[in-house]
Amino acid sequence: MSCAQTIMDYGLRSVGIGERLLPRADFTLCQQFTLIGSGMLWNIYFGVIALAAGFFFATALAVGKASPNPLIRKPSEWFIFIFRGSPLFIQFFFGYFCFLSLKQVSPIFDPLSAAWAGALVVLFFNTSAYSAEIFYGALQSIPKGDTEAADAYGMSGWPRFKRIIWPTMLRLAWPAYTNEAIFLFHSTTLVFFSGFPAWQQRGDALYYANYFADKTFNPFVPYPILAMYFILLTLVIIGIFGIINKKLNRHLPQTARPKMKLMPQIIR
Amino acid sequence: MFTFCTDPASLPDWQWMACYLTTGKHMSLYWSVGTVLLLLAITAPTALLFGFGGASAARAGFAPLRWFGKTYIAIVRGVPDIAFFLFFVIALDQMFEYIRHRILCPDWTEAVRQGNDFVVCAAAKLPLGNAPQWVHEVYGFATAVLTFAIVFGAFAANVLYGAMRAVPSAQLETAAAYGMNQRQTFWRILVPQMWVYALPGLSNLWMVLIKATPLLFLLGVEDIVYWARELGGSKTPRFTDYPHGDWRMWYFLALLVFYLAFTKLSEVVLDRLMARLTHGQATAAGEAQRKAA
Repeated sequence: MSCAQTIMDYGLRSVGIGERLLPRADFTLCQQFTLIGSGMLWNIYFGVIALAAGFFFATALAVGKASPNPLIRKPSEWFIFIFRGSPLFIQFFFGYFCFLSLKQVSPIFDPLSAAWAGALVVLFFNTSAYSAEIFYGALQSIPKGDTEAADAYGMSGWPRFKRIIWPTMLRLAWPAYTNEAIFLFHSTTLVFFSGFPAWQQRGDALYYANYFADKTFNPFVPYPILAMYFILLTLVIIGIFGIINKKLNRHLPQTARPKMKLMPQIIR
Repeated sequence: MFTFCTDPASLPDWQWMACYLTTGKHMSLYWSVGTVLLLLAITAPTALLFGFGGASAARAGFAPLRWFGKTYIAIVRGVPDIAFFLFFVIALDQMFEYIRHRILCPDWTEAVRQGNDFVVCAAAKLPLGNAPQWVHEVYGFATAVLTFAIVFGAFAANVLYGAMRAVPSAQLETAAAYGMNQRQTFWRILVPQMWVYALPGLSNLWMVLIKATPLLFLLGVEDIVYWARELGGSKTPRFTDYPHGDWRMWYFLALLVFYLAFTKLSEVVLDRLMARLTHGQATAAGEAQRKAA
């Protein structure tokens, strides 16, 4: 079977299009590349949606945590503490079994016990909490002069937040947020190793890499392929976030713009 | 456990619960908390050692060693850690068996990798086929520790490498001016001073390490996740004295709370340690401490 045929058969296998049966013997390099690459679709799906939705929730949480009103501050603090203080792996398990119990309450919750919705919810909460902590840190370090200038111009409330505080917060938080995005994409690999079942063997990249490693008993081929895909993905994320970083800092003089570091120090 | 536990079905709720939570299997669950703590206690220093080796290699004068150190740091950071866990567990196992195979069975002529099989002679098997159960468990645990140490060693190397570069170069130049050679400068000047710069990163790493311990489950060790799944599943009266529905949610909730408490505790301890270490140091935090006093 030629490689083009394999790509036709398995290129979209992870979303259920193409050949149903996974290869069982005589695994070729092409099959491994194609299937693991096809699994990356799930990683990108989870990462992009959780990140995009989490961004807004994180902003709200960060503002909540910085609020002087304890009725808003305390819940935000607790939310951030719970999701940052416990392992994502346990959160996935807890989420899955929690959704299973909810399923018995009402059929509305049915989709949540499938990975595409349930794991997404957990990832969304998780990344919101981590990003919120980053944004909160940035909120705390907004230069006093900026807000004073806004006050002097007579800005208050929403315009003050939208035009002064929010852009500055983003600008300050961006390098750390890039790091968070990279780690979020890495943690999407946990989904199919926690409670969530891979329905009809439609799994993510690690699921297929693990499948090949189990079948061939040779970890030296599938995992490096997976590593290559993830390094590529990481480079793409750094590229995209670098462009946004440039845009956020475009008003600053060349020398004062913070450089994006390829290997940030802070880790999750 | 308790004397009143002979007939659980007739007990009032709280006594039933007390008996239920002290069954033999629950004791295994509590013991597995010990497994997690043991893993942390062994892994943390080992990873630090790996990290120290990696960081020293990354700033070595000898180019191939430096490349090795830098690649070690870079690769682990670009790839999901769980992929490394799954990879190293098999890779290390096969590497050990292969080395033993070459030493113990020199006259074996067949290829080791035959299609989808990895074949070594019986004497090279690890652990040996006739070994008792506990040897298998210890071996599994040891591979897990080594895997954790390799992955977290790279993170630690990254932190220590940064810390080594943060030590003011004037310090190193002064050492050179006093006639110390490279080795002396490294051990007497650089290493003692780098810890205060490394500590924030290392304490962050400790938190990450705590949160990575449930991954032991994926490495085949019977840890708390394993027992929580095992015990939480619904039980019928036919197989147990304590039938119940699907309680896995509550078991994982308990694990969640356990980890939250553990991270909180570490945070408090690490903050204190940091306050003690910065005392009298020429850093911003040390300066702030001096002003506050």
